[in-house]
Amino acid sequence: MTPALRTQSLSKEWGSFKANNDVTLAFAPGARHALIGPNGAGKTTFINLLTGALLPTAGEVFLGDENITALPQDARVKRGMTRTFQINTLFPGLTVLESVVLAICEREGRAGVWHRTVAQQRAAADEAGALLESLHLTAERNATTRSLAYGKQRLIEIALALATRPRILLLDEPAAGIPAGESAELFGVIAALPREVTIVFIEHDMDLVFRFAERITVLVAGRVLIEGTPAEIAADKRVKEVYLGEAERG
Amino acid sequence: MTAAARASVAPTAATVSRLPDGRWRALEIAFWLLPVAAFFVLPDYRVLGSQILIAGLFAVSLDLILGYAGIVSLGHAAFFGIGAYAAGLLAKNGFNEPISGLLVAAAVAALAGYLVSFLVVRGSDLTRLMVTLGIGLMAWEAANKAAFVTGGVDGLSFTAGKLLGTWGFDLGGRTAFLYALAVVFVVLLIVRRLVSSPFGLSLRGIREGGKRMPAIGAPVGKRLRTIFTVAAAVAGIAGALLAQTTQFVGIDSLGFPRSAELLIMLVLGGTGRLYGGFVGAAVFMIAQDYLSGIDPVYWEFWIGFFLVVIVLFARGGVLGGLDSLRERLVSRQ
Repeated sequence: MTPALRTQSLSKEWGSFKANNDVTLAFAPGARHALIGPNGAGKTTFINLLTGALLPTAGEVFLGDENITALPQDARVKRGMTRTFQINTLFPGLTVLESVVLAICEREGRAGVWHRTVAQQRAAADEAGALLESLHLTAERNATTRSLAYGKQRLIEIALALATRPRILLLDEPAAGIPAGESAELFGVIAALPREVTIVFIEHDMDLVFRFAERITVLVAGRVLIEGTPAEIAADKRVKEVYLGEAERG
Repeated sequence: MTAAARASVAPTAATVSRLPDGRWRALEIAFWLLPVAAFFVLPDYRVLGSQILIAGLFAVSLDLILGYAGIVSLGHAAFFGIGAYAAGLLAKNGFNEPISGLLVAAAVAALAGYLVSFLVVRGSDLTRLMVTLGIGLMAWEAANKAAFVTGGVDGLSFTAGKLLGTWGFDLGGRTAFLYALAVVFVVLLIVRRLVSSPFGLSLRGIREGGKRMPAIGAPVGKRLRTIFTVAAAVAGIAGALLAQTTQFVGIDSLGFPRSAELLIMLVLGGTGRLYGGFVGAAVFMIAQDYLSGIDPVYWEFWIGFFLVVIVLFARGGVLGGLDSLRERLVSRQ
């Protein structure tokens, strides 16, 4: 089966520093695939290369059969690949509802409409309302994003990504900085997504990784160290050395 | 129905989803009644009044790119001047029907804006400041060198045709005021619809989260080029209005001081609020009229002083200051 998303010898260099070095990975349709590795392993750089936020020094990215290496970010989103950000990258001055309606209008190709009001976009408003309800954000929908607590803002990260109806969802530490109880709840939302959505996520909390991932790739110093099932990764000696051991000590 | 039952049925803040709906608010209607009232009550100030309306429209055009989309510009007067010269040269060369002249001026300014937009969309705030500043300087120097067409520093005088073939532009400014008011109102109808539309929301999205926009699939560059073109067209209309109502185009209409004044007006009034441009233009020009009457040399001192005070202590300009004052009063109750 053609992978939903794959890379071929992807590299990103800044001078002599190789943030990503010859990364060849494939993500099957419907995968629940975790990217783990120590800080500075190049995980976020990899996401940035996949989404087009950065252009690779060498290598290629394929979405299905299509080579998307040269496509701009918005064109990749239009093709069904959406990301979230490790550090909240939201619309601080917009209300929660406005933000989600905006994302839906972009998806529907209606965000260029100038002769009708936002309030007249009933379908988008209804869909946004339902999405916010599923994330327990209904009470906050008229609040400006910047006025919300950090945990709620993390949920808006997810809401904005889901509003694009991705086929492939790239989550960059979705639970970063929120308490353990809430992070389990957040992963509950992600786990409830339809099975056909391919999910690639970066996460530091090993409990969450091993509970949620069906495949795991370990990146170290910009290279793929190993890829396998959670059981294979847990049993691998090198992984213990470079990563899990460090986490246990920490 | 009991009061309690009625309260539970009536929509409250918790049940209503608020989205920009473009409804007319009482304050907005009051705002538009002001110039109508001024026309009758202050007949001696019609010339000043029409200039405030025109400067206000010009400031609104800057607000579209600065206040809504977050693009800074120091050269917006280039499009004002291009519109002014387009209308002036058209009239000078025998085609002096005002309304079609206005439309041609809008089209010429829009074309110029579209071409420049490709340069402005790229880069950071500082790059944009420098690019727009440079374009403004080039426009001024081009008009100066092309004195055989534009009249150079002497300016361009011409005779405007009668409005709708009936009303000539009189010295008292009667026709000028009503013409400016009508045009400004019609353009504002379009602009206020635009800012409450999904397109307007996407502009605010670019201002608030320029990094997020491409990640939700938004073609940011295309949106910015569109609004820059629209803003240039509106600036061109304002320039053409000034040219037609005064039957003169001065080279200062596309100079850097005009771009800087424009920025001051908008910031004084408040950015991203649609009416901030008008409020700022009114404050600026009435202060100019009044203060320069007292002391023609030092009025800029006071404008500078107010600017510093507003920027430091009333963020969001006059309108923003009023907003936070109202919020404070409401929360105290």
